[in-house]
Amino acid sequence: MSTQTLAPGAVAASPAPKGAPLLSVSGVTAYYGKIIALKGVDIEVNEGEIVTLIGANGAGKSTLMMTICGSPQARDGRIVFAGRDITGLPTHEIMRLNIAQSPEGRRIFPRMSVYENLQMGAAITGNTHFAQDLERMFEMFPRLRERIDQRGGTLSGGEQQMLSIARALMSRPRLLLLDEPSLGLAPLVVKQIFDAIKLLNETEGLTVFLVEQNAYHALKLAHRGYVMVNGRVTMSGTGAELLARPEVRAAYLEGGR
Amino acid sequence: MVHPPVADIPPGSLPSGSLPQVDVPSGVPNGLPGAAPPPPVAPHRGSVIGSAVTDAIVSGLLTGLLLLPLVGFRATESGSGPLGLTYRFGLVAVFAAIVAVLRLVLNLTVWRRGRKVKTGTEPSAFAALVQKAAPALRPAFFSFAIAYPFLAILLSGGLSPSRYWVDLGIYVLTYVMLGWGLNIVVGLAGLLDLGYVAFYAVGAYTFALLSTSVPLNEFFAGHLGEGFWTAWSFWLCLPVSGILAAFWGVILGFPVLRLRGDYLAIVTLAFGEIIRLVLINWVSLTNGGAGISSIPPISFFGVPFNSSDDGFAARYGLDFDSMHRIIFLYFVILGLAVLTALVTIRLRQMPVGRAWEALREDEIACRSLGINTTLTKLTAFATGAMFGGFAGAFFAVRVRFVSPESFTFMESAVILAIVVLGGMGSQMGVAGAAILLIGGMEMLRNLSFLKADFLFGPDFDPSLYRMLIFGFAMVAVMVWRPRGLVSSRLPTVFLKERKAVSASLVKEGHG
Repeated sequence: MSTQTLAPGAVAASPAPKGAPLLSVSGVTAYYGKIIALKGVDIEVNEGEIVTLIGANGAGKSTLMMTICGSPQARDGRIVFAGRDITGLPTHEIMRLNIAQSPEGRRIFPRMSVYENLQMGAAITGNTHFAQDLERMFEMFPRLRERIDQRGGTLSGGEQQMLSIARALMSRPRLLLLDEPSLGLAPLVVKQIFDAIKLLNETEGLTVFLVEQNAYHALKLAHRGYVMVNGRVTMSGTGAELLARPEVRAAYLEGGR
Repeated sequence: MVHPPVADIPPGSLPSGSLPQVDVPSGVPNGLPGAAPPPPVAPHRGSVIGSAVTDAIVSGLLTGLLLLPLVGFRATESGSGPLGLTYRFGLVAVFAAIVAVLRLVLNLTVWRRGRKVKTGTEPSAFAALVQKAAPALRPAFFSFAIAYPFLAILLSGGLSPSRYWVDLGIYVLTYVMLGWGLNIVVGLAGLLDLGYVAFYAVGAYTFALLSTSVPLNEFFAGHLGEGFWTAWSFWLCLPVSGILAAFWGVILGFPVLRLRGDYLAIVTLAFGEIIRLVLINWVSLTNGGAGISSIPPISFFGVPFNSSDDGFAARYGLDFDSMHRIIFLYFVILGLAVLTALVTIRLRQMPVGRAWEALREDEIACRSLGINTTLTKLTAFATGAMFGGFAGAFFAVRVRFVSPESFTFMESAVILAIVVLGGMGSQMGVAGAAILLIGGMEMLRNLSFLKADFLFGPDFDPSLYRMLIFGFAMVAVMVWRPRGLVSSRLPTVFLKERKAVSASLVKEGHG
């Protein structure tokens, strides 16, 4: 496992000691009522990496992402972001620590315009570099510029996903959490979205934690990957390693490409 | 195989509506062109009318048959004797005729086969008109509201005869203000509140209790002179009423933070009832169901409206008239309503207002963007409640009597109906709906021309039917404009053009 050391992005360097992961999840369990969803998960995401988490439906991928965001809160274990323990923090405070999330199912604001949606993304940072960020998003997703005064709900699925990612990026995060960005999108659109993620990572050094069902594309894109089965991480390795593993191929790739 | 001559009959000439439609000529072997669905045919005009008439007659007859035993016979008591029987076949015929005519009209318009259904991304013609007129609408509405009492005086010919109209204006404006206040909670933040009247009551009772309080009166009499509290109580209590109502808004907000939709509605409904029951049962404080009377009247910022030498009329060289107070009340409620509207417009452009709207759209997304949803909800409840409290204080100073009977669930329902009818979040829509509902309902009292001999006779009481007409009007608006009178929402910020898109094209948020 190689720790990527890419140039730091627009955000200042972390106060965390060098070499420590940006996000580390250790021994986290989470419950929905009495039902256990995560049975002690350990995951690390280093600065500048794209890390993906793949697994079948109901494996607990989205739950892990939501647990990182503080809803549901982890019952045991620790979640540390940039040297700070965020395990017990409420969601909105976690999100103010330079973590941004594009939630599952995109969840844009349907009756608000694209512009207003992006403005909501900058709710934390305010207007300090709003115009600049807006321009950056337009360069990355030119479609959004065309649609700027349309309502979010009238966009196509792919455009909504772009908007969701752009909205998350408006707060200039150090860590971007993406929950199934390929959900319900055509292969061509999925490729566009994944290209954009890759570009963000390469040019700005954005750290990305990606939860995906689309194992092939996700592992191709990611530096490292984790495989989750039934609330546990069963395999980890670089994207290429996992792609080559026969178990991974059998469970998530064969016929499902 | 013999083909029945079905294909010779022009399609569409079959009576539709009352008969099952035969599409494919039976007996045509499979695989032949005849088995394919028939090409779409333009509806035949004559046949449409024919089938509509048939349908109307059939449904009229059915109605008559159904109502014959229900309405046609009536048992009447004749003194101490046995029950008599009267026949009301005429009434049955009237009902049947109403059904037949309505069905005929509907068949020829809305239900007509082949009727082109409007599609497109543009807002409807009405919404477009409102949109186009919007910049002029606000100033026009506002100028009319200012000119209204003077128009009333001019048109009714004098101060005293105009009293009814100015009172009506006050009444309508109170509901405009309540609608705008509730609009913050329901329309902007998307929190369905069925207990809004509770804050109205809190405001009214706060003012009523403080202004009639003897210790306060004595305290101010000792320091600032006799009569100070009577003269100034409204102006000093108004902010207190608003603040206390906002405080109760937060009290309501806390337990319902995690609730949404129907569940929230039930709890807020219960909250409204609790406040009312407390007002009834806490007799030592609120005087129970008897209410609080002799609330001091409003003053012109300390100058009383009376015939004394210090009175408003004497001081400004006018002849005393009790209408001065009424007209002043009108401008007070107009000012309060405008304040509500301006604050709402301003808040919508500020982060907290945007957060309210985002909260209405999707709560989870809000949280994932770092918005504190708890705080956002509480500010929405508090702001909405504050304006309810202002309106309550105004209500108390206008009527000069408060009792729990003024704050029933019906009030909440009417205010909510105004917001929903007007289109959630739209200020002009809400104002229009308040005028339509409250003013219109009041106007229905004046249908005395229906008492003419050739119509219903002098025994007919049109005001009994106003709730019925009101209900019909509500149903009609909801059928034709399911998202309220003004359903399009204007974005608060825009890059190129302020483009309003009809809300019917976009699903509601289900956060």
